[in-house]
Amino acid sequence: MASGNVLHVLYNDDDVLMKAVKEIRAKKYRITEAYTPFPVHGLDKAMGLPHTRLAICSFIYGLIGLSVATLMMNFIMIEDWPRNIGGKPSFSYLQNMPAFVPIMFELTVFFAAHLMVITFYLRSKIWPFKKAENPDPRTTDDHFLLEVDAAGHDIDSLSKFLYETGASEISLIHNEEHA
Amino acid sequence: MYKFSSKLRLFAIVCMVLGLIGLVFGFLSVPGTVEEANEILAAQEAHHSGGEAHHEDGAAHHEEGAEHHEEANFVDEVKGEPGYSERAMAGDKDMGHAAHEDGEHMEHVLHQMQTKPWSATFIAAFFFMMIALGTLVFYAIQNAAQAGWSPLLFRVMEGITAYLLPGSVIVLLVVIFAGEHFYPWMNHELVAEDEILQGKSGYLNFPFWLIRGIIYVAGWNLYRYFAVKNSRDLDTAEGLQPYKNIFKYSIYFLAFFIVTESTMAWDWFMSMTPHWYSTLFAWYIFASIIVSAVTVIAIVTVSLKAIGQLEFVNDSHLHDLAKFMFGFSVFWTYLWFGQFMLIWYANIPEEVTYFILRIQEYNPIFFGMLILNFVFPILILMNSDFKRVSWFVVIAGIIILVGHYIDIFLLVMPSTVGPYGSFGITELAALLFFLGLFIFTVGMGLSKVSLRPKNNPFLVESEHFHY
Repeated sequence: MASGNVLHVLYNDDDVLMKAVKEIRAKKYRITEAYTPFPVHGLDKAMGLPHTRLAICSFIYGLIGLSVATLMMNFIMIEDWPRNIGGKPSFSYLQNMPAFVPIMFELTVFFAAHLMVITFYLRSKIWPFKKAENPDPRTTDDHFLLEVDAAGHDIDSLSKFLYETGASEISLIHNEEHA
Repeated sequence: MYKFSSKLRLFAIVCMVLGLIGLVFGFLSVPGTVEEANEILAAQEAHHSGGEAHHEDGAAHHEEGAEHHEEANFVDEVKGEPGYSERAMAGDKDMGHAAHEDGEHMEHVLHQMQTKPWSATFIAAFFFMMIALGTLVFYAIQNAAQAGWSPLLFRVMEGITAYLLPGSVIVLLVVIFAGEHFYPWMNHELVAEDEILQGKSGYLNFPFWLIRGIIYVAGWNLYRYFAVKNSRDLDTAEGLQPYKNIFKYSIYFLAFFIVTESTMAWDWFMSMTPHWYSTLFAWYIFASIIVSAVTVIAIVTVSLKAIGQLEFVNDSHLHDLAKFMFGFSVFWTYLWFGQFMLIWYANIPEEVTYFILRIQEYNPIFFGMLILNFVFPILILMNSDFKRVSWFVVIAGIIILVGHYIDIFLLVMPSTVGPYGSFGITELAALLFFLGLFIFTVGMGLSKVSLRPKNNPFLVESEHFHY
């Protein structure tokens, strides 16, 4: 959230929104946030947002899950109490490995999936009872909203320019100095 | 319009000639009598005992045949004594310590040695045929699914399937002429004293088997012929009738293929070990077929693009192909493990012989294949950016192809020649010969028409495809 003045610019259509984002960025104005009712393909690229690293996290979590499964079963089945269960060779982990693979696989997936989701929640700051940060309820239905930083710009000429990008509605928001 | 370059043509012909020479050498150098087989074994023994300590009992080596085994591994320990696999191969009913009579054993060895060049030929022939066949299946799937990304690659796929006709006929001829070398159930004396084989003779008998083989090859080639013909017609057609025809044929073909692929796997591969059976087997072979095929489509696409023939193919198309390579590699591993683990876990004697033989006699490549077919693809092709880098995809593709050659090798060699399988001149020659034939036929197939199809209703979508 930018402190100071921002403009809330509403659009009716995602194509207009995409075009507007490109024009606004070409003019070197700063878009601090975009609110859309659904994923708009290519919006992140147009906004110049960096690529997500969630997949890399997930890969690492998967490796952790694989290690947990391996260490756990190696300790339980091989080191701690190597019993003869139905003639399965519990002499070393490798000898009995085929029996462990289903668990190794599932724990890899489990860790990769769940820890990635939790990472996503933390990074996006989403949790139950979290106060919604929605500047205009219509953005959850059929409107698209861009929040443009107005600090240091002439509000009138900026608004004029934004109307030319196809905005249907522009409002100036005075943010309190961080309360 | 792609022009088959004279250099590549020459390369293909040189491959074929060298391969043919090597194959003739391979067939001529098999031992004809028990004495010659003995000499070969003695020579191998002299060679082996040079550095390896566990072969100290060298002279008595071929007496029992047990010394082929390396130190016991896990299945071996469970299953008991070393030598189990060879006795199982020899159809021994008594799994105890009773040693073979030397003469009978050597005759068996001789037979396996004589089978080796046949196996080498069949492995290479089937390997390249399955690439063409898998490409045809992939092509049919793309048509039946009305895929929006792939129509630009249809000409590449049609070019690769040009190998299907010569390839499948050769494979059929090889299995017919290999006969008893591959299929013990064709031996009437053996069947007469084997109740299991008698019980299966309703399915495993020569006339029925031959008719089935002809139906498979004819069916696949008929679809290929009509699909390609309609695809060419579509270029000049007014309406969409040829497109609708391909759609319809593709659906019929896929239904036909899934049945014939299963029976083909039983007929040509599983009946090499007619006492052994596995329900998953046909699917497992299909996974090998489809992953090799997608890999070759990707490699051919990259090579054609590199020489400027496929300007309209972008890196998103490559990305999709690489995703299929990745996915089908994992699918193959899933089926491989599904089959292996179920049999390993239950360890029923009549099922487990198949794996004991492979683990005891072919251990490094049996498990090494998993690294090539699973570990490398999953690590190389996991990253989304890597899948767009053409040389990365080509390297991954070559690894996958080597891995699946080994896969076919392991389906055939242990079943037909038992412990005497190796990769030598004959195998290399067979590989060279069929590689040459493959390059030649596919090059000719690609150079017949423009590589850019016309009038396909999904063509525009395919041109603008990006991911």
